[in-house]
Amino acid sequence: MNKVQSAQEAIRHIRDGMTIGIGGWGPRRKPMALVRELLRSDVKDLTVVAYGGADVGLLCAAGKVKKVVFAFVSLDFIPLEPYFRLARQNGSIQVEEIDEGMMLLGLRAAAWGMPFIPTEIGIGTDVLRFNPQIKLIESPYDDKEWVAMPALPLDVALVHADRADARGVCQIKGPDMYMDEWFVRAAKTAIVSCDELVDTEYFHAGDEARYVHWERSQTSSVVHIPGGAHPTSCNPFYGFDMAHFKDYNQSAKDGGFAAYQQKYLAGKTEQDYQNAVGGLEKIRSLALPVY
Amino acid sequence: MNTTVNSASSDQNNVPAAEYSLAELMVVAAAEAFRHDGEVLVTGIGLLPRLAASLAMKTFNPDMMMTDSEAYILSEPNPVSGMKTQKGQKQETWMGFTRIFDNVWSGKRHALVGPSQVDRYGQANISALGGTYEKPKVQMLGTRGFPGNSISHANSFFIPSHSKRVFVDGECDIVCSIGYNPARLTKGRKLEDVDIRYVITDLCVMDWKGPNHMLRLLSVHPGVSVEQVLENTGFEVHVPENVPVTAAPTVSQLEIIAALDPLNFRAKQLADNPAGHRR
Repeated sequence: MNKVQSAQEAIRHIRDGMTIGIGGWGPRRKPMALVRELLRSDVKDLTVVAYGGADVGLLCAAGKVKKVVFAFVSLDFIPLEPYFRLARQNGSIQVEEIDEGMMLLGLRAAAWGMPFIPTEIGIGTDVLRFNPQIKLIESPYDDKEWVAMPALPLDVALVHADRADARGVCQIKGPDMYMDEWFVRAAKTAIVSCDELVDTEYFHAGDEARYVHWERSQTSSVVHIPGGAHPTSCNPFYGFDMAHFKDYNQSAKDGGFAAYQQKYLAGKTEQDYQNAVGGLEKIRSLALPVY
Repeated sequence: MNTTVNSASSDQNNVPAAEYSLAELMVVAAAEAFRHDGEVLVTGIGLLPRLAASLAMKTFNPDMMMTDSEAYILSEPNPVSGMKTQKGQKQETWMGFTRIFDNVWSGKRHALVGPSQVDRYGQANISALGGTYEKPKVQMLGTRGFPGNSISHANSFFIPSHSKRVFVDGECDIVCSIGYNPARLTKGRKLEDVDIRYVITDLCVMDWKGPNHMLRLLSVHPGVSVEQVLENTGFEVHVPENVPVTAAPTVSQLEIIAALDPLNFRAKQLADNPAGHRR
């Protein structure tokens, strides 16, 4: 089976009003090239589930988003994501604000085909007040009430991996796979962009298969985009582009999203984008972050 | 990096330092929060909290665990400045984010966090300020892991600027973490299940062991009065009969802090880097 598609072909799976999950974490290994392809499309009214960074910010700024399901949206070293912030302060998006761990439970429930997973997270906080759809339930085993964290089923998941083969075997060798596995498993359609497209034989050597975190049956599309996580990191290939993030952050104050869009996105292919940020070689040479 | 202090120099340097910054005083005071924690994962969010955790691990609580803020538990804390690469760090256990949650929900963790608002119940806010929930005046981080952290394990607060804007009258604009608020308990939960430990500010050290879990003053920093603390807190604070002065850092503690922060990033954390003793 050959699952290799262009970004444009893969993104056609996403239609108005769908719920999409985006892997990675803040400024770390986000499928940014796929997000940029989504920005080039006509799709709108999306519900976005993410451990958010510039992926969420860009989609909000471009008017693609109806609702964000989030625990945070942050660029880490720039704590507040500028465009998400504007969208919230303008009241232009709906939100479902939950705890980081609740999001993981919601994705797991969806992956396992369960309506909810019980937890105590959220008790005593406004997470329950602002999300009346999240119910408390009695336990058959004790006398406490528990939060029934509902499943977060996704129509489409977007994640970025280090390597994949054409059949959808995906490898993440960085120190953390974040929740990518659960985004993929919670989704009907999982689109994986990768820095390297390899032959299946690659995984046969040494312990390479140890860094494959889901079965290929969970992968729907493989999109080969070297540098496709830029400006986020794809450890061990490259770190995040601090200078670009600063520029991005500043754009929210100076020219607004229109200025950023003009410089990097409008009428531009991914190749044009990479040229505008210094080229693939420069992306691949970005130093890994030190925390 | 070798910050091991041998016993001879430790004895000799185990005396209060004459000069120290407020940031260093706060680091030393915050480290005390972890003295009796034993074998738990300590997470200090921000440079000074991370220094406090590192100091505790390097001195009186060697059983403590810390991460590299990325994906590994370390046998020895990384420095907070001057580190060019994480290659070669003393990592001992893989600790990706999914596993962090396994640890959080096990309860064997103590986080030192810096909320933007704290109320009389010990509830805290890092999500948003003012306006309405649909359209907040200031969007901040979002609720992050506060709901899960606060109901699962011990938490302490690190407040660099003690004021009524932080210690608010009434409840926080958005309650991100559970506190000692009986009105918010659900069936089968007790206030005693909540474990908020210490509050370290630029004025004082407090805990939540006043009558009915009131915020209680434990010590005031050198040169700070009890009145100053009360004037800058938006709700009532329990003041015991005897309020000591926060202990100054020892010479050896300052040496260890300097070794953990060779580029002196700690000097940039508080506005104007004030001295520890406000004379």
